[in-house]
Amino acid sequence: MSQMLAVKTENLGRVYQIKRKRGESGPTTLVALEGVNLEVRQGELFGLLGPNGAGKTTLIKILTTLLTPTSGRAFVDGIDVVENPQEVRRRINMVSGGETCGYGLLTVEENLWMFTQFYGLDFKTARERIQYMLEVVGLADRAKTKVYHLSTGMKQKMNFARGFLNDPQILFLDEPTLGLDVQTSRILRDFVKRWVRERPGKTILLTTHYMVEADELCDRVAIIDQGRILACDTPANLKKRLQGASVFKLQTTPLDTLEHFKQLPGVTQFAGHRRNGHTELNFILEDENALVKVLDAVQAKGGHLLSLEKREPTLEDVFIHLVGRGLSDEESPPERIL
Amino acid sequence: MATQVLQRETWRESLRSLKVATWLGWQIESNWTDPFLFAVYSLIKPIAGAMILVVMYLVVSGGQTGNPIFPYIYLGNAFYIYVGSVLMGISYAIIDDREHYGVLKYIYVSPIQVYFYLLGRGVARTLTGTIAVIITLAFGVVVFKLPVNFLAMNHALFWPVFLIGLVGLALIGILLAGVTLITARHNYFIGEAVAGALYLLCGAVFPLDVLPKFLQYIGLGLPMTYWLEGLRRAMLGTSASPLLAPFSNETILIILFSSTLLVGLISLSFYRWCERRAKEKGLIDMQTMY
Repeated sequence: MSQMLAVKTENLGRVYQIKRKRGESGPTTLVALEGVNLEVRQGELFGLLGPNGAGKTTLIKILTTLLTPTSGRAFVDGIDVVENPQEVRRRINMVSGGETCGYGLLTVEENLWMFTQFYGLDFKTARERIQYMLEVVGLADRAKTKVYHLSTGMKQKMNFARGFLNDPQILFLDEPTLGLDVQTSRILRDFVKRWVRERPGKTILLTTHYMVEADELCDRVAIIDQGRILACDTPANLKKRLQGASVFKLQTTPLDTLEHFKQLPGVTQFAGHRRNGHTELNFILEDENALVKVLDAVQAKGGHLLSLEKREPTLEDVFIHLVGRGLSDEESPPERIL
Repeated sequence: MATQVLQRETWRESLRSLKVATWLGWQIESNWTDPFLFAVYSLIKPIAGAMILVVMYLVVSGGQTGNPIFPYIYLGNAFYIYVGSVLMGISYAIIDDREHYGVLKYIYVSPIQVYFYLLGRGVARTLTGTIAVIITLAFGVVVFKLPVNFLAMNHALFWPVFLIGLVGLALIGILLAGVTLITARHNYFIGEAVAGALYLLCGAVFPLDVLPKFLQYIGLGLPMTYWLEGLRRAMLGTSASPLLAPFSNETILIILFSSTLLVGLISLSFYRWCERRAKEKGLIDMQTMY
């Protein structure tokens, strides 16, 4: 069974030790992953959706042999990542978004060529793949430019290109579009989708905290928060969990406290935050009748309604439904968030 | 059959790692915008380094370059250039790749053989070190009439000693790379600290005999001591260290080989241990910003 899986984890856990100075209080451990059981099938474009600090990167680091788990086991293409890391590395590659790595004194082409050689690509294949990937990311005219002359976004694009050079069996993309402009993000998302569709059997495990990215790209999505997998299914099936529920987004004039909205009758889940001088409130209601109580509560708090939108459930709503806060919210207690 | 295929793949990866890392190391080393400045720097730095020691010696000895201790000091100092170059070249590769260029994790995710990668990164520094050693020696022969005849020296002793010593230095470099991998704050100083300690303990600029007894024992346990002694004997035909004088040339070579082997085993095992610790503590891709 595990032969059919690109990635499999069994009760995977990772605890970081936190060094504290003498007299400094606070926890001495941080649980980054706890009891993670995950199965990613070969040929899937699988998404890990969760907020910052949910454990997505830790999981990717373990699967790419950069970090050892503190409990449980992980397999990539059926190979134990701890027992045989070299064999795992022959089949994978990874890209971390938001990074500007690279040898500044080498040209873009030289940086990429170096990595093709680590993977043992012959000269012709290496040149063809570099040329192709540079065209994909829009850096073809920068091939001979030294990396220290590139902008941050261009360096990120080069790093993205590097991840595809060896045509890996399993590719790990850790927030690949983080910090990139909208147009570039769309181009890269389209390419990711095409890459996996045109290569049957190749697998991508993508982490993101962009709900749209997970929804648009992934065959299946696992929602992760505080080191635990909360749900795993196709985006459509995840959203079906909210079938029958009414999802509303309200914008009001700034409100001081929001905690009481959770207590209102008919409110299944609620998340809210201040944004650009107004307050945004996201409600999952048992039915539309509960909206009257919500509007009354807004008025009672001295707020004025700026906009009201009823919409189809998104993955963010599923996340709010499971966790009780939004993907972009901080992981602090509700009263601090609000 | 499967094992043979795997072994072949491992060798291919090792050669690739060595080749690409050597190329990369050279790109970094030769990254001078002005070749003329690079040439001047290559010439002046080793000569200035040697002159500091020579002037100190001349002041202390009252200008006696005929004393056998002078070529002893000069040769030891010249070849010691390799110690800094090779040790730093290899251990700094970890700092450069992790802290400066931020690529260590991508290198670690690719199927490289890390020992060969590190050795490759040291090759360029060894080459630039060789240029510096040759310039220093030539300067000593021409200016200070150093009694070295490159054609008439004991080549049968020189070349094995020279090459084994370089391998030993590279292996110590791997050990330091391991320390660097698991060290956050002080990793920039480790190479310099070890090179400084070896300068004192392996008889680079004065015979071990002048050290306290317990430091002599440490010195006698270091392969670099026999490396420098072997090079001096091959080039000068004699030794100025009464402590090492009883050893024949063959004995020096055997001790050098054995101690290098031992250092190699310790270094490679230690690096693997450090790598395991780094993975446990999540240090492979750590960027301290120190």
